[in-house]
Amino acid sequence: MATTDVVPQESSGRLGQQRVVNDMSIQVATVNGSGSQSSNTVLLRSIFQMGVPISGKNLFPSNIAGLPTWFTIRANKDGYIARKKEIDLLIAMNPETAQEDVKTLAPGASVLYDEPLGLDKLRNDLIFYSVPYDKLVAVVCQEAKLRKLIKNMIYVGVAAQLLEIDFAEVERAIRKQFATKAKAANLNLAAAKAGHDYAAANLKKRDPFYIERTDKTRGMIIIDGNSAAAMGCMFAGCTVVTWYPITPSSSLVETMMEYMKEYRVGPDGKATFAIVQAEDELAAIGMVLGAGWAGARAMTATAGPGISLMSEFSGLAYYVEVPAVIWDIQRVGPSTGLPTRTSQGDVLSTAFLSHGDTRHIMLFPDSVSECFTMAQEAFDLAEKFQTPVFVMSDLDLGMNNWMSDPFPYPEKPIERGKVLTKEDLERLGSFARYKDVDGDGIGYRTLPGTDHPAAAYFARGSGHNDKGQYSERNMERINKKFETARSFVPGPELAGTGEANIGILAYGTSHWAIIEARDQLAKEYRVETDYLRVRAYPFTREVHDFIAHHERIYIVEQNRDGQMASLLKLDIKAELTPRLRSICHIHGLPLDARSITDELVMMEGK
Amino acid sequence: MGTTGTPTSTPAPKTNRIGLQVIDYRGGKTTLCAGCGHNAISERIIDAMYEMGVKPERVAKFSGIGCSSKSPAYFMNRSHSFNSVHGRMPSVATGAMLANRDLLALGVTGDGDTVSIGVGQFVHLMRRNLPIIYIIEDNGCYGLTKGQFSATADIGSTLKSGIANDLPPVDTCAMAIQLGATFVGRSFSGDKKQLHTMLKAAIAHNGTVMLDVVSPCVTFNDHEGSTKSYKYMQAHEEPLNEVSFVPAFEEINVDYDPGTTFEVTMHDGSSLRLRKLEEEYDPTDRVKAVQRLMESHAKGEVLTGVFYINSKAPSFIDMLNVTDRPLATLPESVVRPSREALEKCMEELR
Repeated sequence: MATTDVVPQESSGRLGQQRVVNDMSIQVATVNGSGSQSSNTVLLRSIFQMGVPISGKNLFPSNIAGLPTWFTIRANKDGYIARKKEIDLLIAMNPETAQEDVKTLAPGASVLYDEPLGLDKLRNDLIFYSVPYDKLVAVVCQEAKLRKLIKNMIYVGVAAQLLEIDFAEVERAIRKQFATKAKAANLNLAAAKAGHDYAAANLKKRDPFYIERTDKTRGMIIIDGNSAAAMGCMFAGCTVVTWYPITPSSSLVETMMEYMKEYRVGPDGKATFAIVQAEDELAAIGMVLGAGWAGARAMTATAGPGISLMSEFSGLAYYVEVPAVIWDIQRVGPSTGLPTRTSQGDVLSTAFLSHGDTRHIMLFPDSVSECFTMAQEAFDLAEKFQTPVFVMSDLDLGMNNWMSDPFPYPEKPIERGKVLTKEDLERLGSFARYKDVDGDGIGYRTLPGTDHPAAAYFARGSGHNDKGQYSERNMERINKKFETARSFVPGPELAGTGEANIGILAYGTSHWAIIEARDQLAKEYRVETDYLRVRAYPFTREVHDFIAHHERIYIVEQNRDGQMASLLKLDIKAELTPRLRSICHIHGLPLDARSITDELVMMEGK
Repeated sequence: MGTTGTPTSTPAPKTNRIGLQVIDYRGGKTTLCAGCGHNAISERIIDAMYEMGVKPERVAKFSGIGCSSKSPAYFMNRSHSFNSVHGRMPSVATGAMLANRDLLALGVTGDGDTVSIGVGQFVHLMRRNLPIIYIIEDNGCYGLTKGQFSATADIGSTLKSGIANDLPPVDTCAMAIQLGATFVGRSFSGDKKQLHTMLKAAIAHNGTVMLDVVSPCVTFNDHEGSTKSYKYMQAHEEPLNEVSFVPAFEEINVDYDPGTTFEVTMHDGSSLRLRKLEEEYDPTDRVKAVQRLMESHAKGEVLTGVFYINSKAPSFIDMLNVTDRPLATLPESVVRPSREALEKCMEELR
């Protein structure tokens, strides 16, 4: 899959144009495994520390080392942090892709390249800056084998000088990046300095892009969605994590191990959690069920192929009514698909995961902040409704760096749902596990080990009556539970006056492109829209109201077949379904605003 | 046994050391066929749990799918039970033990559930040495789907229709020993004394107990030509050792000759004694154990007894270094880090 969409590019930079401040898109093309990640993080952080809103997205192949990889940084004073297709500055470090990368640029863009590549001969409508990286790195680093890793830090210095990023911020970012490795920090700092000095002495600024200090990121953090989810699960009181490594979810559990080791080991040196790498996804979800049944807050994290394997157990969890939290960091499918590309392609299959009539609660975080807060919501809902809850993140959210306001400390107490204790049983005398005592479809459960002769029940995947005995009915009550859930899942967020004719409905990471697209539509086409960001399935009343109150509803999603639109059509009145229109993107790259704007305008016939 | 009742004119009901009667260990009425070996195994479980004075509420029963996996409904009604999906009971049991280390896990499965569809989870359960008593009720066939061969059927063993099995059987005991289980043995549902004693010892063990119990299917695999029939077992069972067990709570000192008896001190202080029927056999030697099992196949005998034991190895729960209190019962104050912890996390990301 190409890193840049195959569309004619238009650069926001033009030769001879006036200064463009705090609004640009930088693309760094490197080779996978060359240590470029540190350099890119430092460049990203330097701009962030200058107070400018940023996003950083790694566009990489499914490969450990040797294949091309691209990193895009978007800096935007207005806070638009969705991916932008147009590239203003290309940092071309990969000889394999350099020519192609240069050819796809729009006229007026700038290219920072390694001198021997001779890229300036390719086109005469671009601004070229050449840097003799090998010469510079040889001076900085005596050890030949380290040079490959240090070389990338030189472009950070060059870019900082060209964009007028305060070098003190570069130094701070390097110190942070290599906080525990003083020697590496010094070496990288020297490399960045060499690049900075070279640029100051040898490069004449010809592009219009500048970073100026502002205060729009004060107090904010930078984190990836998987780490935010890990932290959220830790603060949600998760005690059992069982998992099987799979891209792009592995870092969620790996980061969680780090956090848990730091914050969840008691004074006696013993862990208040268990994290177990299972033999496959079937075992991972099986362990979650066993742990959830026995009263732990248990979770797993996976991606599409793992979700497929968890299908059978998900049906068991639904039917036996066991709480479970499953994070799905979606990637492009079907089958192995594109493991390193993002999508929202598991929505429909997860809603009904498993055979027979099953339905599952899903949450759709749009941001790192929601990865954190929805972690607790997921566990609370799972235990309240005694059912699996799927948190539908994606690769763009999970693996990329996002800036965010600091996460709020969870003020709501942990909700463990309807669990009868020994004392309850002494008072009640007996209980029936699946009896709808409260009329909400949710029964009371006991945990194994409860010290009362009436505590036990037989959990079975076969049909069962209120007491858990074999029987051939019970499906209606479970459905009632799902209907109850509509009033308890996170409600949608509405943006706009609510009076527009056109509604946009989206979820998850599409959010960032949509807020920008709505502004484009309003400014460029005078098309006013209302926007509803759906945050959970089952759909709450507000979702139905939104559809009922708009003439045309554009459902934007990152899959091929309009999966959310399909789910909505099953839920809404038949006469409303003609109002739904799908805008679908399945190119594996994070969604950008312009694509939505263009398509919506076309569908509106403007 | 710790019955301490004083003799009176009206005898008090017989109770065990925690004051429960055997009826407190019973379950629902079986729906398996009359004469099914599985029912006999359920009885032995009831007796062993009763005699060991295990609190039923502490036991969690796990099973997969099949005739054997239905049987947990027929014993120990006062214990929680999870009848899960086909071949995947080990993962469910593992999760439950992660959540509550105080539980006594009892897994009941069959040869189809374990050796065919569930062989992957079986392998990893054995590797982890999870504290669990894992019983394979082994009848060499699929009873619930009307008698197809399973992967423990011997070469040449026939179905009722006369069709002979061509593929070699999996020896679950040899596999378990190789994979890391720390208490491995085989018994026969018709060998009341041996099975009963092995189950009591199993309760005293900290780690994976893997018991393959040949349990004839009276409906589909008890005919002439079957190697898992009562008749075949009676003719071919070959005990490797004579198993006796002295629980920690009984202060009985029976003299034994170390030359003829192998004694193992269990995790809880109980004593497992294996009277040697073969002079050279050492049940702590994994290599010899597997070798002896391979030899038994060549000789056409069904070896029973305790093949391998290691009462010192750490269990999976020990290895995880989790807190002593069950994870499932930890309060919010323990599982939710402080406000300051979150602030520290945030500061590191600024």
